[in-house]
Amino acid sequence: MLIFSVFKTLTDQQVTVELKNDLSITGVLKSVDQFLNIRLDSIKVLDEARHPHMMAVKNCFIRGSVVRYVQLPSEHVDTQLLEDATRRESLAAVKR
Amino acid sequence: MKFTTSAAMVDLVDKKVLVILQDGRNLRGVLRAYDEFAHFVLEDAVEYIYRGTRYAGIWCGIFVIPGENVMLLGEIDMDVDEAPNKFLVEYHALERFCKKDAEMRERQEATKAQILREQKGYSEEEDKYIAHKGNVQGCCKSLVET
Repeated sequence: MLIFSVFKTLTDQQVTVELKNDLSITGVLKSVDQFLNIRLDSIKVLDEARHPHMMAVKNCFIRGSVVRYVQLPSEHVDTQLLEDATRRESLAAVKR
Repeated sequence: MKFTTSAAMVDLVDKKVLVILQDGRNLRGVLRAYDEFAHFVLEDAVEYIYRGTRYAGIWCGIFVIPGENVMLLGEIDMDVDEAPNKFLVEYHALERFCKKDAEMRERQEATKAQILREQKGYSEEEDKYIAHKGNVQGCCKSLVET
């Protein structure tokens, strides 16, 4: 749930998503859901020569289960806040 | 909660879309329906194959695609649609070449897997797992490098 929240705070930011088929797509994160399915707008494929079929695609929906990495803009990620949130969550898990 | 996916995709309905499946197939068609599991219904679907700059398509009709097979769904910009037509070739001619490529790749992967098993001590289950992920090339490459 924590990661879902992180992604929600990053909407309208430029992110790069690397898929498990080695396709890397940069675009503006429009929305994300609890499965971490990702909606990207105004996309650009990093290796266009290898993926000619993606040329005409301007925005896309990516299934969360096929994502390998998401590269985030570091200036918009507060790692201190994340650490604290993680600690809080694990503490809550222990109590339960 | 359930409806966040819906909200993300409602504007794609009745648009021409490209769907890339887990096995690497490319389908283009009109998105008619979807649900929260990312199952899709594509109308007037055409499967495209690519080899270098050449490409070809074959009309397939209506597709109901289970969400687990979907990798990506992209809206096609009708202004930039398609590579130039001069690269469009006859489907069955291109299919033959694509099949040959696939067979060659399969043989290479089998050889790689055998080397991993015999020299690096990987088990058959790991091969199967990697192959199942449709990700053989990348994984084996990184395994060999490490």
